[in-house]
Amino acid sequence: MQDFLQHVINGLSLGSIYALIALGYTMVYGILQMINFAHSDVYMVGAFASYYAAKWLGIENQPGLMTLATLLVVSMLVCSLLGLTIERLAYRPLRKAPKLNILITAIGVSLFLEYTGQIVFGADPKVFPEVVNDMVLADFGRLQLKSSDITVLIVSLISMVALQFLIHRTKVGRAMRAVSQNAAVAAMLGVNTDRIIAFTFVVGSSLAGVGSVLVGMKYPKIEPLMGMMIGLKAFVAAVLGGIGNITGAVLGGLIMGLSEEMVVAYLSSTYRDALAFGLLILILLFRPAGLLGRYQMEKV
Amino acid sequence: MSDVLLQVRDLHVSYGSIHAIKGISFDVRRNEIVSLIGANGAGKTTTLRAISGLAGFKGSIRLDNHDLSQIPPDKRVKLGLAQSPEGRGVFPQMSVLENLEMGAYSRSDRDGIEKDLRRCYEMFPRLKERRSQMAGTLSGGEQQMLAISRALMSRPKLLLLDEPSLGLAPLIVAQIFEIIKQVHSEGMTILLVEQNARMALKAADRAYVLETGKIVLDGRGQDLLDNDEVRRSYLGI
Repeated sequence: MQDFLQHVINGLSLGSIYALIALGYTMVYGILQMINFAHSDVYMVGAFASYYAAKWLGIENQPGLMTLATLLVVSMLVCSLLGLTIERLAYRPLRKAPKLNILITAIGVSLFLEYTGQIVFGADPKVFPEVVNDMVLADFGRLQLKSSDITVLIVSLISMVALQFLIHRTKVGRAMRAVSQNAAVAAMLGVNTDRIIAFTFVVGSSLAGVGSVLVGMKYPKIEPLMGMMIGLKAFVAAVLGGIGNITGAVLGGLIMGLSEEMVVAYLSSTYRDALAFGLLILILLFRPAGLLGRYQMEKV
Repeated sequence: MSDVLLQVRDLHVSYGSIHAIKGISFDVRRNEIVSLIGANGAGKTTTLRAISGLAGFKGSIRLDNHDLSQIPPDKRVKLGLAQSPEGRGVFPQMSVLENLEMGAYSRSDRDGIEKDLRRCYEMFPRLKERRSQMAGTLSGGEQQMLAISRALMSRPKLLLLDEPSLGLAPLIVAQIFEIIKQVHSEGMTILLVEQNARMALKAADRAYVLETGKIVLDGRGQDLLDNDEVRRSYLGI
């Protein structure tokens, strides 16, 4: 039983990281109906930004709340700027082009970042700075609450609550939802849709920034291709929950994290990655709109 | 302050190689209801798209003496333009209240917005009852009411109504036109685009008949109702 609870905690902590990244995919999809393949590489750049910032500030071996906060801020800022730049330079000029063009562009941006990353940061893995003191907060024998897992859970929870607040309780959040539901009408009501789209990229990218620090803390090995697998899994999580649906992305992320942990614990770690894509196949077969997604009916 | 609120001169709109509007000119004066009628594909909605900024155009459109040609759609709202779009265009997964708040997006006078919300609820008790319901769950007539009140929330000078009768039962259409008259009687200037020629002509001070991108007739609403050509082509008499 304690074993099982331990796996639940590990799964939730992994899942909330998936959820943070999935949110970026789903928000951009919701507003532009495009899959932003470069999202996972924005996340990678976030990790390297924290790595270099920690080095530069000399805090790579000073774990603690200050370090956590500093790295989160740096990573969020750098990711926002990068997301904003990608949107402005690569996607905005294609706003009126067919959807396929922008999709292919996204893949191009993703490859560009991955291989530029290898040139700039080097292809060899780096060790992420220590973010929080690695310790056991509460020990119940085989069930241990580790500081890193608790940090992941708390930071993700705060980010998600903040996102909920932003989307449902603020004027700009209302405008984001309006643009995603009907951009032409939103413009007609006075919304500068370009600005709202850019803002959506900022929010999605900064969540990826948060995710990169949390992953770096849990699995402190970073390299320029680190975004590929986690990006795919987060994307599957977004599809699983119903792409375009915020709550769905969180749900999908948690399901992915939990089931991955359970597969590793009770079957074999060989199936870790197979699970994600097995889930994708199943969801596409039986519920292509995702768990919380709805089929959109075109209204006349 | 000139009498003409909206002045359209030699307007051309093309979609790729399709020349949809071929040089039309018309005016809307303050406190008028002007109707633009015509069959499917005559270019009515395209004309409104040019005015609201969703379609590029050649020629000139002036609103309250501002040249609109270089002004993006979201800035036109500040100049006093508001529209209830074709097919109503309510945000289906936002509540009625949120839809109305979106109508006031370009404003920041919180007290004024509150006041206008109350006024809107007085005018449409139905919307007040359903204010926290998702707009997508409203009936067609209610959605049309919502689209019109949402447009009014920006306190426009000119209200554009695109096919407000589209897809509604005759009884509801009559109600919607009552609402339009009421809004007009409170001093609103309205440009109404309609396929329902009879209702549109009855409501209008003046009207223009659009046929394949050109204005073929214009005059007082009542005169057009009596015009043989109009009666044959649009009223089916």
